[in-house]
Amino acid sequence: MSHNNLSVLRATLRLYIAGDTPAARRALESRLKIQEFAGGIEIETVDILVHPEEAEKAGILATPTLSDESATPPRRLVGDISNIDQVLDYFGYYKKDGGHDHS
Amino acid sequence: MTTADVTLIDPVLDRVKTGIEAFDDLVMGGLPRGRTTIVGGTPGSGKTVFATQFLAHGITVLDEPGVFVTFEESPADIEVNMASFGWDIRRWRETNKLVFVDASPRDHDQMIVGKFDLAGLLTRILHAARNAAARRIVLDSITQLFDHFVGEQTSVRRELMRIATALKREGLTVLMTAERNSEYGEISRHRIEEFVADNVVILRNALDRERRRRTIEVLKMRGSRHVEGEVPITLVVEQGIVAVPLSSLRLEQQSSTKRVTSGNSELDRMCGGGFFRDSVTLVSGATGTGKTLLVTNFLAGGVAAGERALLVDYEESRGQLFRNARGWGVDFGAMESDGRLKMVCIYPEAQNLPDHLLMIRELVEEFKPDRIAIDSLSALERIAPETGFREFLISLTSFIKKREIAGLCTATDKSLVGGQSASEQHISTLTDSIILLRYIQERHLMNRGIMVLKMRGSEHDKQIRRFTIDGTGMHLGEPFDGAPDVFGDPAAGSSAA
Repeated sequence: MSHNNLSVLRATLRLYIAGDTPAARRALESRLKIQEFAGGIEIETVDILVHPEEAEKAGILATPTLSDESATPPRRLVGDISNIDQVLDYFGYYKKDGGHDHS
Repeated sequence: MTTADVTLIDPVLDRVKTGIEAFDDLVMGGLPRGRTTIVGGTPGSGKTVFATQFLAHGITVLDEPGVFVTFEESPADIEVNMASFGWDIRRWRETNKLVFVDASPRDHDQMIVGKFDLAGLLTRILHAARNAAARRIVLDSITQLFDHFVGEQTSVRRELMRIATALKREGLTVLMTAERNSEYGEISRHRIEEFVADNVVILRNALDRERRRRTIEVLKMRGSRHVEGEVPITLVVEQGIVAVPLSSLRLEQQSSTKRVTSGNSELDRMCGGGFFRDSVTLVSGATGTGKTLLVTNFLAGGVAAGERALLVDYEESRGQLFRNARGWGVDFGAMESDGRLKMVCIYPEAQNLPDHLLMIRELVEEFKPDRIAIDSLSALERIAPETGFREFLISLTSFIKKREIAGLCTATDKSLVGGQSASEQHISTLTDSIILLRYIQERHLMNRGIMVLKMRGSEHDKQIRRFTIDGTGMHLGEPFDGAPDVFGDPAAGSSAA
């Protein structure tokens, strides 16, 4: 596992969902897994049905969207976020040469 | 759910005016309320203008706020680009009459994995609609939305359908623009119209005989009648899109029995007492037969009778017109400085046909003439596609009659001796009266002949009269002996005599 590579990282991602849908539930489940796996990553959840102005501000069209607003330019992963490797790699937190045995 | 059912059952559709008058006529009063209309067009065909005008009319005239969902230009760009049409978008935004959903491309990286929905977009639209208490929604253009999710066409299609349904359930009238690749091909690039639209409207900006011809066409209106075919449109500063109305829709001009002078008392007698107040007379003849003189008389006669006269000339410059008139003892300069005469000289090529029509209409609204002369229709025909010219004539003649103005138009025969020009064929059925000017050969002399061929609703002199032109104008003489053939070859006519 690659806990060591991630322990120094502190990051906040945002997960945009739209109400209580099967896709939203799956995304929330994945969110927990990601946080569990990579301790340094904080993921805020924004339900845009409750906070539509947040969707407007961030320019969200699709849900679910996992977004890193601190990156330049912002990075967005749309759709299925259950593949943790893929998620961490996309947001730049997974060092391929460091880790080896994950999934 | 129940509200959706009710709107589906309701047979009488409430209409939403677009603010483009002649277009609203085409669709029986406006777009059906609570339905989705696709406006398709190639780049530069005026889709965004149409969409913005739809919102503008709601906001400024009917107190119906709107939401503008932009996938292409930023709201700031739209504000600037639409300002020339006289739309104060900034103020509408400040007063919450218009709310933007900015879905224009932003700088960000995006990766799509697996399934997604566009709940984000729908939520933003509904949120904006609630904020503004909107009745009208524009999505411009959905082609860009497809491009934003390249490779996910099926999902976008499904989601767009869902959005359309949700907005319909809210009773909102939706206008979506869609890009087309060609003027006469499939309706839109992603065949969106097939699954999402109740109504389809096409804007065209086609090249026709090396000129741009803008038109609008209603292709489909679900559960409602509409007028078929392309209607010319033009983009006007401070107004937006103006459709040029086809008068075939309303042919209910009242006919007046009041007579006005043609400017020549002898010709008045031939016509049974002058032209009718709300009629259009065509003067047709070869070059040099005296058409310009008849026009000059017509204007001067009107001014002398205390009327206001307007001349739109496509043939000659002001200088030439002044000189011609002076040669016949008419002082245009004095009439103009008295404010009784207005002369507008313009090259036909300066603008396209709908713009000419619009210009004439604006001149009439402004100057409020009692009579108008147009010299000549043949010059205008040069720049016109065939279908366009007929439409132009219909609109022009019906406009003149509706305003109860006496109109005089000229047409130049292509051949020097008789025959028919194309414009003559077009216009002869549309004008109330026709006066022919002809060269007529008698033995070794070429004379001028004038005849009144048609005078709607009145008796008239059916003789072919000789006439001469000198420094004081036109003088009618005796009828020709025998029967010269004014429609054909003058040689044949003389041999019959």
